[in-house]
Amino acid sequence: MSNTTIGAIVRGDREVFPPYLYEAYQSTRRRAPTLPLVDVPLTLSELTGPGPVISAISPEDADLTRNAGTGSEAVGQRIIVTGRVLDDRGNPVPNTLLEIWQANASGRYLHKRDQWPGPLDPNFLGIGRCLTNEDGVYRFLTIRPGAYPWKNHPNAWRPAHIHFSVFGPSALSRLVTQMYFPDDPLHRIDPIMQSVPTEAARERLIAAYDHKVTEQEWALGYRWDIVVQGPHATPFEPLEAAEAEKRRETRQ
Amino acid sequence: MNTLLLTGSQTVGPFFSPCLLREDACRNVLTQPESAGERIRIEGRVLDGDKVPVPDAMVEIWQANAHGRYNHATDQGPAPLDLTFTGFGRSGTGDDGSYWFETIKPGPVPFDAGHMQAPHICVTVFARGLLNHLVTRLYFEDETTNAEDPVLQCVPNERRATLLARREPDSAIVYRFDIVLQGANETVFFNL
Repeated sequence: MSNTTIGAIVRGDREVFPPYLYEAYQSTRRRAPTLPLVDVPLTLSELTGPGPVISAISPEDADLTRNAGTGSEAVGQRIIVTGRVLDDRGNPVPNTLLEIWQANASGRYLHKRDQWPGPLDPNFLGIGRCLTNEDGVYRFLTIRPGAYPWKNHPNAWRPAHIHFSVFGPSALSRLVTQMYFPDDPLHRIDPIMQSVPTEAARERLIAAYDHKVTEQEWALGYRWDIVVQGPHATPFEPLEAAEAEKRRETRQ
Repeated sequence: MNTLLLTGSQTVGPFFSPCLLREDACRNVLTQPESAGERIRIEGRVLDGDKVPVPDAMVEIWQANAHGRYNHATDQGPAPLDLTFTGFGRSGTGDDGSYWFETIKPGPVPFDAGHMQAPHICVTVFARGLLNHLVTRLYFEDETTNAEDPVLQCVPNERRATLLARREPDSAIVYRFDIVLQGANETVFFNL
């Protein structure tokens, strides 16, 4: 990935967030914006957000091994994926919605656009969701996804991953990302993962095997914390300050 | 205060629809019959750098209610809440790149103690090929207060039109808001 063209346009922290244009990932080429992002003041519109009002889910949604509604269990290595959603000051983010989707154990998505000859599993939809609890903790029971081939370049395989969508406390905390598994040789040749600019930020996307999460004769445990931008900023005030300045000048 | 390294963004990819657009997760219609406010429909397309429709995008919106109040604890303003209106919408795009919402026109919300923002809807775009989502705003072309809006004023004058939804000449109130990811008439996106 060292010789790919990397665009200059990035939303947010350049040490953490990928550029929009990362040519090794071909789909970025015609979809990445080319004009600079505009810096704008934070207002009530950004410091609020939908996270706190979205909560309509049921407990079964967090068990992907059995939520296909067939009465039978998905095939594959059963895993527990758990962790905390935190803001950047380390405060837990409670009662926020996480939505996840993933390939099955053979690396196949249940989707009409995924037609490679990995077998489908009638007992696995590959979708789940849950809310964090009061300590910001989430927990899913699922099966370990397989790696899957894609057409980005010859013999391209995505490392095993689980897609996560997170709302958090404000519009600033909205995040869609992917969780990877440790010790996967495909990481270093995956342009999507490598688009994340620094080693430390890439490490943040990799779950840790945690034997304390593993349950005897049941499931292997992985721990993955998610850190989202907190709602700490205060609304913009320069206009008000400018008005006060004008009033002072008028009095003089 | 120490700050933790944020979790980076990754593309939503091509296969999100069974999860993010499942029947009870899709929210094209934001209103209930009792919701206060003027009914509007928003229609638009997501287009790539070749002006080819993007059929696998997802558009989310967030807006204040008709009185200009967000359904969120941070908004402690005097405008009343509308318990029948959350203000969140989510739409996939069709084969022609189209998305739509049925909602109400939001009221103006405060900017600071002395100034209001023009009515607007916050728009977030996700798609395969977008390694990070895009953030923009929809404003209404027929709003006279746009000229004083503090966020629009940050946008170079020649690009402001990309943020204005156009009123369609129909009897029903339809606003058209195309989102151009790249190239001529590229939509203004914010560093948010």
